[in-house]
Amino acid sequence: MKALQSILLPVAASLVAIAIGAILVAALGYNPVSVYGSLISGAFGSLGNLGNTLTASLPLIIIGLGIALSFQSGLFNIGADGQYWIGATAAVWVGYHFTSLPGWLHMLLCLAAGMVAGALWAGVIPGLTKAFVGAHEVITTMMMSYIAILFARYLIEGGPMQEKGYIPQSPLIASNTQFPYFTQGFARSQLSPISMLIAALAVLAAWFLLYKTTLGFSLRSVGLNPRAAKYAGIRVKLYIIIALALSGLFAGLAGAVQMLGVDHQLLDGFSSNYGYTAIVVALLARNNPLAVVISGLFFGALTTGGQNMQIVSNVPASLTNVLTGLIIFFVGCERIIPQVIGWYRRRRSARAQTPAS
Amino acid sequence: MEAIPALEPVLEVVDLKKWFPGVKANDGVNLTVHAGEVHAILGENGAGKSTLMKVIYGLLEPTSGEIRLFGQPVHFRSPRDAILAGIGMVHQHFMLIPALTVAENVVLGDEPGGVRFDRREAVRRVRELSERYGLAIDPNAKVGDLTVGLQQRVEILKAFYRKARVLILDEPTALLTPQETRELFNIIRALKAEGVPVLFISHKLDEVLEISDRVTVMRAGKTVETLETKGATPQMLANLMVGREVVLRVEKPPMEAGSPVLEVRHLRVRSADRHERVKGVSLTVRRGEILGIAGIDGNGQFELADAIAGLLRAEAGQIVLDGRDITHLSPAERTQLGIAYVPQDRQLDGLVLSFDLADNMILRDFRRPPFSRRGILNRRAAESCAKRLIEAFDVRPPDFRRKASELSGGNQQKVILAREVSRDPLVLLAAQPTRGLDVGAIEGVHRQLVRLRNEGKAVLLISLELDEILSLSDRIAVMHDGEIVGVVDGAEATREQLGLMMTGRRAKEGTA
Amino acid sequence: MIFSNPEIWALTLSMAIPLALPAVGGTFSERTGVVNIAMEGIMLIGAFFGVAFSYWTGNAWVGLFAAIVCGALTALALAWGAIHVSADQTVLGMGINIFAAGLTTFLLNTLFGYNGTPVNTPKLPSVSIPGLDHIPYIGVIFTNQSVLVYVGIVLIFLSHWFLFSTRLGLRMRSVGENPLAADTLGIPVWRLRYLGVVLSGVFSAIGGAYLSIGILNGFTSNMTSGRGYIALAAMIFGKWTPLGSFGAALIFGFSTALGIVLQGHGVSSNILQMIPYALTILALTGLIGRSTPPAADGIPYEPRR
Repeated sequence: MKALQSILLPVAASLVAIAIGAILVAALGYNPVSVYGSLISGAFGSLGNLGNTLTASLPLIIIGLGIALSFQSGLFNIGADGQYWIGATAAVWVGYHFTSLPGWLHMLLCLAAGMVAGALWAGVIPGLTKAFVGAHEVITTMMMSYIAILFARYLIEGGPMQEKGYIPQSPLIASNTQFPYFTQGFARSQLSPISMLIAALAVLAAWFLLYKTTLGFSLRSVGLNPRAAKYAGIRVKLYIIIALALSGLFAGLAGAVQMLGVDHQLLDGFSSNYGYTAIVVALLARNNPLAVVISGLFFGALTTGGQNMQIVSNVPASLTNVLTGLIIFFVGCERIIPQVIGWYRRRRSARAQTPAS
Repeated sequence: MEAIPALEPVLEVVDLKKWFPGVKANDGVNLTVHAGEVHAILGENGAGKSTLMKVIYGLLEPTSGEIRLFGQPVHFRSPRDAILAGIGMVHQHFMLIPALTVAENVVLGDEPGGVRFDRREAVRRVRELSERYGLAIDPNAKVGDLTVGLQQRVEILKAFYRKARVLILDEPTALLTPQETRELFNIIRALKAEGVPVLFISHKLDEVLEISDRVTVMRAGKTVETLETKGATPQMLANLMVGREVVLRVEKPPMEAGSPVLEVRHLRVRSADRHERVKGVSLTVRRGEILGIAGIDGNGQFELADAIAGLLRAEAGQIVLDGRDITHLSPAERTQLGIAYVPQDRQLDGLVLSFDLADNMILRDFRRPPFSRRGILNRRAAESCAKRLIEAFDVRPPDFRRKASELSGGNQQKVILAREVSRDPLVLLAAQPTRGLDVGAIEGVHRQLVRLRNEGKAVLLISLELDEILSLSDRIAVMHDGEIVGVVDGAEATREQLGLMMTGRRAKEGTA
Repeated sequence: MIFSNPEIWALTLSMAIPLALPAVGGTFSERTGVVNIAMEGIMLIGAFFGVAFSYWTGNAWVGLFAAIVCGALTALALAWGAIHVSADQTVLGMGINIFAAGLTTFLLNTLFGYNGTPVNTPKLPSVSIPGLDHIPYIGVIFTNQSVLVYVGIVLIFLSHWFLFSTRLGLRMRSVGENPLAADTLGIPVWRLRYLGVVLSGVFSAIGGAYLSIGILNGFTSNMTSGRGYIALAAMIFGKWTPLGSFGAALIFGFSTALGIVLQGHGVSSNILQMIPYALTILALTGLIGRSTPPAADGIPYEPRR
């Protein structure tokens, strides 16, 4: 029953949100069926579209894994966007240096740089301040996120990472670090088999870490009951820092993967909101690494589908943000279900029993 | 406030019952408080005192029975009703707002002024009240900065600001220094002179004897007897408090206690709120013995257990395990050296409710083989261990995949006990191990504890149930106000004797 | 020297208001015990509907009124979820932010097309305060500022007075510190929490409207660019008081103004924009004095009978 409830809730929340979205577009004069139709075909309609959906899903999945990990440890890492960009920046930097290295080693170095940068960005300031001073990680990670984006902007707008010329952008990473694309099948998209591989490995790593290692056991204990964890001899402060650092590591990895696989450089005007959407991905998946894959695909589909919807049905892609926001709001209100059930049960039992004199 | 003619009943409680599903917290309480008297309510933990207070104060509604104020029956649906009727309550845990000033706290809810808060008038009124009742205080001080004794005065002022006709003090001296207690008693005497009736709830015999005119003793949810304090002796009251039932003791073969395995020397411990709760405790637990620690809740015994387990820091003193000083070791290290702990609050501290039984079984040892090797969990080992223990301790339902939250309290306790006992510890600390359990489960726990003792282990049993202490312990130490008041032999101890010691009277024999 | 040009002070005030107003609103919400991180989203809602109604009715004041109503309604949803359902207040807040960003951009494009809001949308008047504007050097601050700046300053001082010198304000603060104690004294905890959250919605909406019909006369997608989060920082830095938040907002506004003025003078504006965020982190570590929130902040109150 519990398991059923935990799947039912996200699905129900999504359906209600979709329904509200349908009402909204209908009120504005569009045909909801064709609008949602163009959304779906944009996401899955052709191999090229499917490839784009997957490409959009991968960073959501990887970052979502990290956020799910932090949630399971009882922490809210909402600054994943900044950790993503710090990872991306580090990967790009390594990408256009060290060009004499063999391709595979260079790639690994870029990915490692991304992971380390993300881990440090989340683990040092937000981690230490939370563990030792109790500073709320919602605010510290959010602040660090803005600082990261400003820092990356600084680097390419007249800063040390700007390519020569007037356009604020970084140099391209070495060609031997760029992930190759599919030549058939998904050829019309920017999907790379290597990105998919990395994402799959990340999912497995997250799942294994969380459920099969003593580290994961400690993290989950701290997240579920820090007092009992302390009684069990777990050093709570240490694991708070580790949890945030791991969370940032995944976000940084996603940034590196995106740079190596899609963008190949830092461009001005970058913004992604991957970090924020990934929070919804994790919440909808109820912080289960395997469910994050499905949830990530769902939101990746919303993103690509939304772009198509804009072109075909003339409905702005921002509708998908409306749906996302509604979903997260309803999922947040999940406690209303047991409350309603409890209220209903109490009324039934009150009517059945006669009060004692 | 007009003076009330003496001896008129102000507050009456008539055959009050408050039943919760599964427990009859109040099961026939009768009480009369007259004008101008200081009336004490005496009772052990679980006697029903705090439930009675919550009903009088309007926080709970009675199942049956009546409360009368000045002869008129009253029915309170909320604390606001009680306050308006004239019930002035000073809670054991203050209902104050530390960030606001004294004056703001006192007048909150009935502030002078229109839209604007007339702070000057509030300060004036508070000053006037404090002078009238001899409760010196600075109305502009922030409550959070005040000492506990002064904070209590703010609570009392709150009651009188709202024109309380009867003042109820719930365990008022629990957190006070002796000096502050003396000052409080002066205030109570001054109130009495004004004709204000005072209802004083306590478990401290000495104070009850000193300050009250009459005392009502409660036990197991009922009022046992009401007597004039003048004619009462401490022994009389202690007997009434703990009852005279015969204790059925658990079958225990006589054991020669072995060498000391746990020694505590002059230990001082502060609780999380910075108050000193353990004030220089020394005791020894030997192999093959159960040392029971008796005492009324709040006298430092659970902080003592936490400190031995390593969860609270020792401010001074030493803890020695099998000859090794463990005073500054972490909980994990103490676990490895042989300390097992069944904590008082099993749901909060002993289990992770969302984990299944197998995970809860390995909660202490998950980092060591066979449950994990080099950081990777061995789920199969955890499961087989859990299966084994579930069977040995008869945990129901016998499925290690169940979440701990799905088990009854008794079975949850079995899980914790199984986990701790199976680690073959040197010392088992058991704090309230049978709290909330039914008779069958209690028996099972007792059997386990005795079994450990027979195998030559040491057991430190901390319990609020005198029966349990008496039936299990080889030796009994009584704690009062953070100190060991005395140690007696388990076979010879009586309820009356222990009851007396629990209220602070020192025993003349024995050392721990 | 940059300081020889008094324009920087006028700019500071102008940049501070859209931070100060939501921050002050936040103090109402959090002082009653409800965490509100949805200020960014409510600002966007206020900004958009302010413009929309201003255009449709041809009257910017109607637009302001519409902004306030929409902001209050959004806040009501947050309040219901936080108070009645005891849902996680951070999750709800994030949901509203994402929803609002999406909705406002969506409506912008569907109702006004991709060219943005019409250029002839009326905006609120800018005024100078006669007398004050002729003071040498400082006078610039009071010259030609949007009327909302002056309204905003008045509201801020009024809010501080309300929270700390009125009976209702005292009760609201008590609810955020110890709702149980307040409840036993007969103070309606839930009702006051609803009030606090709705007030924060009103203030955030005014802050958003200031951006769209105060200093500009149009709405662009995501035009608040994180100001709602900076306002959160200002509130914390200002120790949860309206005047403190205003002071912090002025500091943050100054750093923004400095960034604008210093452009082309060598220091990267991106680095300058980092200052508010770094300051907030510093404030949370207690290095710049303890900044403690109201004791019951973020904890739902469920009365047990």
